[in-house]
Amino acid sequence: MQRYILRRLAQLIPSLLLITFLVFALMHAIPGDPARMMLGAGEQLDAKQLEIVRREYNLDRPLPVQYVLWLAKAASGDLGRSTTSQRRVGEEVAMRAGITFQLGLFAWLIGICIAIPAGIVSAVHRGRWPDMLATMGAVGAVALPGFWLGIMMILLFGVTLGWLPTRGYVPLAVDPLESLRHMLLPAIALGITSSALVTRQMRSALLEVLAQDYIRTARAKGLARWAIVIGHALRNAMLPVITVMGLEIGRIFAGSVVIETLFGIPGMGRLMVQAVFTRDFPVVQGCVLVMATAVLVINFATDILYAVLDPRIRYDK
Amino acid sequence: MFRDGTVLGRLLRTPRAVFGLVVLLIVVAAALGADWLMPFDNEDMDFESLLVGPSWPHVLGTDQLGRDTLSRLILGSRVALQVSLGAVGLGVLIGVPLGLVSVTIGGRIDDAIMRVMDAIVVFPALLVAVALAAAIGNSLGTVILAIGIANVPWLARITRAQALALRELDFVAAAEAAGTTTFKVMFRHILPNALAPVIVQATLGMGYAVLAEASLGFIGVGVVPPTPTWGNMLQAAFPFLEQQPALSVAPGVAIFLLVLAFNLLGDALRDILDPRLRGVVR
Repeated sequence: MQRYILRRLAQLIPSLLLITFLVFALMHAIPGDPARMMLGAGEQLDAKQLEIVRREYNLDRPLPVQYVLWLAKAASGDLGRSTTSQRRVGEEVAMRAGITFQLGLFAWLIGICIAIPAGIVSAVHRGRWPDMLATMGAVGAVALPGFWLGIMMILLFGVTLGWLPTRGYVPLAVDPLESLRHMLLPAIALGITSSALVTRQMRSALLEVLAQDYIRTARAKGLARWAIVIGHALRNAMLPVITVMGLEIGRIFAGSVVIETLFGIPGMGRLMVQAVFTRDFPVVQGCVLVMATAVLVINFATDILYAVLDPRIRYDK
Repeated sequence: MFRDGTVLGRLLRTPRAVFGLVVLLIVVAAALGADWLMPFDNEDMDFESLLVGPSWPHVLGTDQLGRDTLSRLILGSRVALQVSLGAVGLGVLIGVPLGLVSVTIGGRIDDAIMRVMDAIVVFPALLVAVALAAAIGNSLGTVILAIGIANVPWLARITRAQALALRELDFVAAAEAAGTTTFKVMFRHILPNALAPVIVQATLGMGYAVLAEASLGFIGVGVVPPTPTWGNMLQAAFPFLEQQPALSVAPGVAIFLLVLAFNLLGDALRDILDPRLRGVVR
């Protein structure tokens, strides 16, 4: 087990380097003078200012050297300064990341709370109306633009019924109930696609397990159907579902860019979109780097969890 | 594969595929025939009726400038199709050869290519699109490029997996024994047989591309007005949600139906072309 984790950890390092390289390359693929970009477009810049920035960010050195220096800085949390607020990008992103994580986690949980029961019911009642309903719901939900569902929910629950707030964010520590009320609609909008994909995976995985011999044995023993599903089948069927659930986190991150903008939540996604409009490139770069790294680490954790739960894949390659 | 018409024949006997094909045909017809089909010019402002709901002569209502929603929706289908075809086309053009080359060369190069693909996967299309928009500005090209890049790893992986399996089969050994070059074996013998899952993935990818384009349009980093897209129509409609909800409903329904059509078509194709793939493809 330890050896497996160590080996996967060793694989993580080149991937991380590759990601940082891609983010760095993106920045340098941009036409124009990076020093000008660091200072922000639009202003009249004098040569002296540009020179200072060039030296601060090592822009006068060869590209490979620049990359290594940038990487060393990034590793210590120094992602440069925002060209609009002049604050450190690392601090700014860290502040917003917590909000995005909270929203993402909530969305993910909502997705799972819908998907796991729906998938189980669907598999157990295969071919009958609960299955049809769940399958149709899942097919529909995958095609539904999450942000449009958000707009429709704002219309129904906010504008028409007035039940829930439709904009803004309240920190969990300040008022837990209000915080959750603010997060509910965005989390549903964000989690709906995930719930559909996890439902499908849960259904097919459970169907596969239910067809196996040991399930027939359990049934022959006279166990109740629900005891078989919950006690015997679910544990094995969960394995592929966990992988999908892990992969969904990346999708949720990407979706947060849109959902946070729609609901006015001051998370990382919104920060990034605002930075695009002000052409604040260090902030965009910092957000991309943090999100991509988070997705990579979560994928890694999913792999490890998978190995912990399934003893069969521990020692083989 | 398509020569004897059986795939199309079987598609036409699958209700969900028929639904998908019908919707797709309507959207393609709307995009191609927009100039004749639009009841109004998309820039025509009817100041007598601002923000009206569905009524005659504005069947789907008008926006805050009195522009006809149906006309703009019809014109918007062009961008939706351009993005889905462009992004998936780009993904196929890069991903498929990459998968084949990866298998042909094998060894370290194969490992390296796949590692790069793994790294690209952690950048969701939306993230790349937003970053590109910041870097080189937003346009139709940026949107296609960003979503296209996101498609590459999936198509490369699927092609690679297919090529690896096919390479072990007798007909490939026969071709090799006959002295065919490795390159020719890959593109002439293996590629045609590996296409089925690629077609399935491409169809599903088109649905995703439509969703991604809409999201980008909504946050304002997609195709910019005055070109109407379903995404930027939703963005423009949002401030008027209370005054005229219909304005926010129509483009969403259009997006939903087109994505649903691509997904159902992809699902049906998967069942017809390769039943073993159920649940494997994204």
